[in-house]
Amino acid sequence: MTLRPTHAEEVQEAVRSHRRVLPRGGGTKPSLSTPGENQTVLEMSGLSGVIEYNPSEYVFVARAGTRLAEVETLLAQNGQYLPFDPPFVEQGATLGGTVAAGLSGPMRQRYGGVRDFILGVQFVDGTGSLVRGGGKVVKNAAGFDLPKLMVGSLGRLGILTELAFKVFPFPRATSTLKVAFPTLQDTLEALYKLAGSPIELYALDIEPPSTLVLRLGGLAEALPARLERLQSFLEMNGELLQREAETSYWRGLNNLGSLGDGLLVKLAITADQIPGLDKALLTTPRRYISAGNLLYLAWEEPLEELDALLKSQGRSGLILSGPAPQPKIGLDLEPVFGHKVTAALDPQEKFADLQVGS
Amino acid sequence: MNSALGELERLFPPGRFLVKPGQLAPYESDALTAFRARPLAVVLPETHEEVVQVVRWSARHQVPFVARGSGTSLSGGSLPIDGGVVIGLNRMNKLLRLDVLERIAVVQPGFINLQVSSIAAPYGLYYAPDPSSQPVSTIGGNLAFNSGGAHCLKYGMTSNHVLAARVVLPSGEVVELGSQSLENTGPDWLGLFVGSEGLMGIATEVTLRLLPRPEIYHTVLAAYDSLAKAGDAVAAVVASGLLPGAMEIMDSLAIEAAEAAVRAGYPLEARALLIVELEGEVPQVEAEARHLEAVIRASGAYEVRVAQNSDERMRIWKGRKAAFSAVGRLSPDYLVQDGVVPRSQLGRALSEIEQLSTRYGLRVANVFHAGDGNLHPLILYNGRVEGELPRAEELAGEILKLCVGLGGSITGEHGVGMEKKAYMTEMFSETDLATMQRLRLALDPLELSNRGKMFPGGQAPARVHQGAHPREKGGVISRE
Repeated sequence: MTLRPTHAEEVQEAVRSHRRVLPRGGGTKPSLSTPGENQTVLEMSGLSGVIEYNPSEYVFVARAGTRLAEVETLLAQNGQYLPFDPPFVEQGATLGGTVAAGLSGPMRQRYGGVRDFILGVQFVDGTGSLVRGGGKVVKNAAGFDLPKLMVGSLGRLGILTELAFKVFPFPRATSTLKVAFPTLQDTLEALYKLAGSPIELYALDIEPPSTLVLRLGGLAEALPARLERLQSFLEMNGELLQREAETSYWRGLNNLGSLGDGLLVKLAITADQIPGLDKALLTTPRRYISAGNLLYLAWEEPLEELDALLKSQGRSGLILSGPAPQPKIGLDLEPVFGHKVTAALDPQEKFADLQVGS
Repeated sequence: MNSALGELERLFPPGRFLVKPGQLAPYESDALTAFRARPLAVVLPETHEEVVQVVRWSARHQVPFVARGSGTSLSGGSLPIDGGVVIGLNRMNKLLRLDVLERIAVVQPGFINLQVSSIAAPYGLYYAPDPSSQPVSTIGGNLAFNSGGAHCLKYGMTSNHVLAARVVLPSGEVVELGSQSLENTGPDWLGLFVGSEGLMGIATEVTLRLLPRPEIYHTVLAAYDSLAKAGDAVAAVVASGLLPGAMEIMDSLAIEAAEAAVRAGYPLEARALLIVELEGEVPQVEAEARHLEAVIRASGAYEVRVAQNSDERMRIWKGRKAAFSAVGRLSPDYLVQDGVVPRSQLGRALSEIEQLSTRYGLRVANVFHAGDGNLHPLILYNGRVEGELPRAEELAGEILKLCVGLGGSITGEHGVGMEKKAYMTEMFSETDLATMQRLRLALDPLELSNRGKMFPGGQAPARVHQGAHPREKGGVISRE
C-alpha cells in the first residue's frame, strides 16, 4: 500500500495506524526505499517546498520531500550551493532521502559532508510524535543533536518531514586538474601530500586506476596562479578541464548510477585502506572521494564476497541500489548504543529493518 | 552508603579518592560560579578501566556522577550533584596517538584543547575548534558541550571535528562510536553523543580531526561610529560572497575595557569595532582582500587597519580575546549569555538588548561572534547589592527569549547545563523534550550521568555569591 501525505499530521496518522511504514523520496536509492512485506510506503513528494530562505543567512528550511534540483536552482540564483554535494540531483533525489541515506559527493572535500551542514530537523518518530531538534541558525548547542542522528538513519529512527541546512557561496570560478600517476602507490603519496598541505581543494578524488582528480575553486582572478602553484606542487601538469567541460564532467559523476551496473554501494573508509581494498576491486567500477574517505562502487560479483571483504577490512557498507536482502553489509558497527537509541525512538518497530522486495 | 563509599575507596589509592571537605571544595563549582554543590566524593581515574569501574560502582549503588575536566563550563555543566560523585578526568591527559599522515590525534578526555594544536603545529596541522577557554579546557568537556569558538560559520563546532570516541555508558558498558573516516554508513550515533552534556556517559578516548594550517591570514580591523553600521558591514561582507574564517564585533564598553587591560591600540572613540579575518592560499586571500577592502570602505568605517604582519594580527586578537575578562574589571560580577540570532537580526537584537539594559538599570557590554550570530552580552552587576543578581538573571532570561523569538537559539556554544535548563521550553515543545528524555532514559534509565542538567525541572542547588572564577581573574580564561 502507498500513501501520499501532504502534511506532517498525515505522516503522524500513518505511523500510528499502520503496522510498518517506509518513507520514500525520489526513489533514487531503491535498496533503501523498496518495501518489504506488510510495509506501507509513504510517498513523501507531497511534503515538498522551501519554507524559508534568506540568502544572507546562509540558511534554508525546506520540507523533506523537496527535490535537490529545486533547492539547487534556488540557491544558484543567489550564487550559493549545497556544499556537501549530494548525488542523484538530476535523477530526482530529495533532501529527506539524502539525509536518511547520509550521502555526500566529491565537493564534501572542501567544507564537509551532509552531517556538517544539517542544522535542524523535524520528524515523526515510531510513536507518531512530531519531534523537532536543532534549529535554523548556523551555531546552536541546545538539546541533543537530533539532526546529526538522522544522517544515515535510513528511515529506521523516524520519518523526516522538515530540514534546515547551512549553505555557502559557490566559488566564482572553478577548474579541474586530472593528474595520472604511474601507480596507485604514487597516487596515494600525492593524495597525502595534498591533503596535509594548505592547498584548498573542492574535490580530491581518485579515478581508478591511478588518476588524481582535483577541483579548485575561488575568485577567477586568483585561479590561474593557484593552478600553476598546484602543478608545481605536484611537479606534473596534468590535464586541465575548464568551463563547460568541467561542469559537465562533475554533473555526469553526480549520477552515481553511471558508475556501472550491479549493486551500487557506499563505503566509508580511510586512505590507508585503499591499497588493501583496491587489490580486491580491480575489475569493479569505483571512485574514491574526498581524500579517500568515501568510496562508491558498482559490485557485479556475488554479494557474499563483498560482505566478506568488508568484514576482513573491518568496514561496513551501504547498498543503494540493486537486489540485496538488506542494505547494510559488512560489520554491524556499534550494536549496543544503536539498539538502545532505536528502541527509544521506535518502541513498536514501526520502522523495522528493511527487507528489500523478494 | 558507607559500605558503598568504602567499596569506591578500595578502587583508588588515597591521593585519588577525595572525601575531606578541604579536598572537595575546589570541585564544588565550575565557571558558573553562582552555583555550588558538595559532592559525596571526588575520584581521579588515570585509566579507561578505572572510569569503567567507578561508573559500574555508580550503577550498582545508584549514585549519580558528574564527569569533569578543568571545570570551565559556563552553563554549570560540571556542577556536582549533591551527594553524587565527581569523576575528575584531568589526569587522563595523554596523547595516545598522533597520525600526521592521516591527520588525526587520539587523546584522553583530560587533554587540553590548545595542546592539540601545539602538538600538531610542527607538522603544519591544527585543531580548529577554539573556545576562548582553550588554554585550560579539556577535549572531554569540549566534546560533552559541543564547544564553539570564533570560526564556527566556516568550520563548524566541536562536533564537526570529532571522528570517534570510546564511551563508557552509564550502565558501565563500553562502546566505540564513529570511526577514523569522515563518512559513515549508518545513523550518526557519535553525532548524537557529542554535545549530549554528559547525559549519555563518559568519553575516555577521543579521535580528533586535524586540518592543515592556512597558508596566510589577512586580518582587518574597522572602526564605526555606530553598532548598527558594524552589523550592516557584516551583512555586506556575507552578501559579497566572501566566507571569512572569523567576524567579530565589540561595542564601546568592551573596547574601552580591552584597551585599558591590554593596550591593543584600538581607536578608543569608536562605538563599534569589527574584526574580519580571511585565511587560505596566498593568491586567493590576496584577491579576496581587495574585495573585502571595497566592501569595508563602502560600509562607512571611519578607520580601517590591516595587520601587516603576525605581530599586528596577534595584537588585534589580543584585545578581542582580553575583552571579556577586561569588562569583568568594570564590575564586581557579571553574567554572560551566548544566545544566537539569525545574522540579519543582529542589529535588532542589539538595540533591544540596549533597551532591556536601560529598563533593568544594569550595564550590558557586547562582544560577539558576528559571523555566526552568536551574541555574548555581558550583564554587569554587583552580587553584594541586594537584589542585583536576581535582576541580572531576569535580564539574561529576557535576552534568551529575545534570541528564540528572533528565530535563534538559547545557546550557541556554552550548552544548557544547569544555567539555561529553564529556558529549554522556549525553544522546544513538550514532545521534543519528552523524546530527548526518552533517548536519555534508554541509555541511562536511572539518570545517573550528570543528573539534573539540560532538562527543565528539578531543584537548583544553592546559589552563592562568589565573584569570578580564579582562572578568569587571572586572565587565563574568559566566558565566551
